Amino acid sequence: MIELSGVTKVFNAGRPGEVTAIAAADLSVAAGEFVSLIGPSGCGKSTLLRLIADLAPPTTGSVTVAGKPASAARKDRSYGMVFQKAGLFDWRTVQRNVELPLELRGVGKGERRRRAAAMLDLVGLAEFAGHYPAQLSGGMQQRVSIARALADGPPLLLMDEPFGALDEMTRERLQGELLRICDETGTTVVFVTHSIDEAVFLSDRVAVMTARPGRLTEIVPVSLGARTEEVRQSPEFFAAVTEVRRALRGPSVPVQAEQK
Amino acid sequence: MRARALAAPVIVGVAALLAWEVFVRVGRVAPFVLPAPSAIFQEFLRSFDVIVRTGSASGMNVLVGLVAGTLLALGAALLASRFGLLGEVSAPVVAAANALPIIALAPILNNMFESTSSIPRRAIVALVVFFPIFLNTLRGLREVDPTHTELMDSYAASPWAFNRLVRLPGAAPFFFTGLRQASSLGVIAAVVSEYFGGLQNGLGSRITAAASNTAYPRAWAFVVGACALGLLFYAAALLLERLATPWRRASS
Repeated sequence: MIELSGVTKVFNAGRPGEVTAIAAADLSVAAGEFVSLIGPSGCGKSTLLRLIADLAPPTTGSVTVAGKPASAARKDRSYGMVFQKAGLFDWRTVQRNVELPLELRGVGKGERRRRAAAMLDLVGLAEFAGHYPAQLSGGMQQRVSIARALADGPPLLLMDEPFGALDEMTRERLQGELLRICDETGTTVVFVTHSIDEAVFLSDRVAVMTARPGRLTEIVPVSLGARTEEVRQSPEFFAAVTEVRRALRGPSVPVQAEQK
Repeated sequence: MRARALAAPVIVGVAALLAWEVFVRVGRVAPFVLPAPSAIFQEFLRSFDVIVRTGSASGMNVLVGLVAGTLLALGAALLASRFGLLGEVSAPVVAAANALPIIALAPILNNMFESTSSIPRRAIVALVVFFPIFLNTLRGLREVDPTHTELMDSYAASPWAFNRLVRLPGAAPFFFTGLRQASSLGVIAAVVSEYFGGLQNGLGSRITAAASNTAYPRAWAFVVGACALGLLFYAAALLLERLATPWRRASS
């Protein structure tokens, strides 16, 4: 579904204040896979997601999405995106917010309605179709934005810390819902987060990044089987969390120095 | 809650009128200094027909000027937001022009047209309402949520779709704030510009005429008419705002 090879991103290249945001990233994500990008602030995980989304061009290297160059994939609407802020249009009802991608593709009104209703069903907000975003809680708004991202039926979902602004309880509930939705729709997901628990609970693989310069240092496979809430207390879960934590520290930082 | 919100200003208003009445009667204030509210009210009833007729004439000036000024301001704001340089150059000019007393142009404009023309007053109203609408709308057009920009980029949406679906609806609340300010300013501008020469069909000319005839309660009665006209336009702008931006009433 996604192929990154030799991707780098340098801001202000050749000028004062040159910053290497991403140094040589290679990553491939298979269809139906759930991959998280995790790392400290400033490691370039959001930048990497934006390169996949073609919201910014890579400095070198190539990005292929759904078998096409990233720019063609964007024009073909091959992915839906969910941001940290829900980014709903205040002036539209929930229903009409979900219809947005369909409207942009010129889908007729009846089909739009039907499709948006199905999406709202999927995220459990059918009875809020006529509400305005300001009438919903943050968690509900984020569910609407997931419904919007999926409305056009894209094979790929790109999520940039979508639950970062939510409280822990809402967050865990939405994680469970997201997994169910992905199961039902077979969507591939690339998920940016800075929470180790979140990355481990959601992902098939966790791609670990370190900062300055942003580097994909390790990919930790996670195999937890069916993700029930009980999984969060299982030894396998803790083992995977420990593994990701170790990868985040990196081999270059001795544990002793960290503890001081 | 709603009843209480309404009751408070009514009680304060009635109390103020009573205090005014008592002050004039007990203090034996001469009517040419300050007429009693009861005298003004009597005069208001007696001149009701004239007040309505002149009020409609003034109201028409406000309406025409308001519509023309609003359309101009909207067009200018769209242009200024579309062409960044134009916006940067025009903003300080508009801010400076906004500080000028446009009303002061009334006598000059009056002399530029025939004495039976309503154009100078309408032009003054249009000029006065232009600024608040232009400045507010421009701010709204420029304030776009970065998440919305990225979202529309991720859909490879055309610039036209971006303007139609994001920029314009996002600027609507700002525009209506400007329109509300403009509605009151427009009435003031119309009435005051009628103080000067020219056609004698508006409220303003009746206020000056009554005052120069020492008919003070009558002058005040026309002032009350001007107040009512101002409230009418403000209420209309408020109603329009509520109808056009229903999402703003819908907060949890």
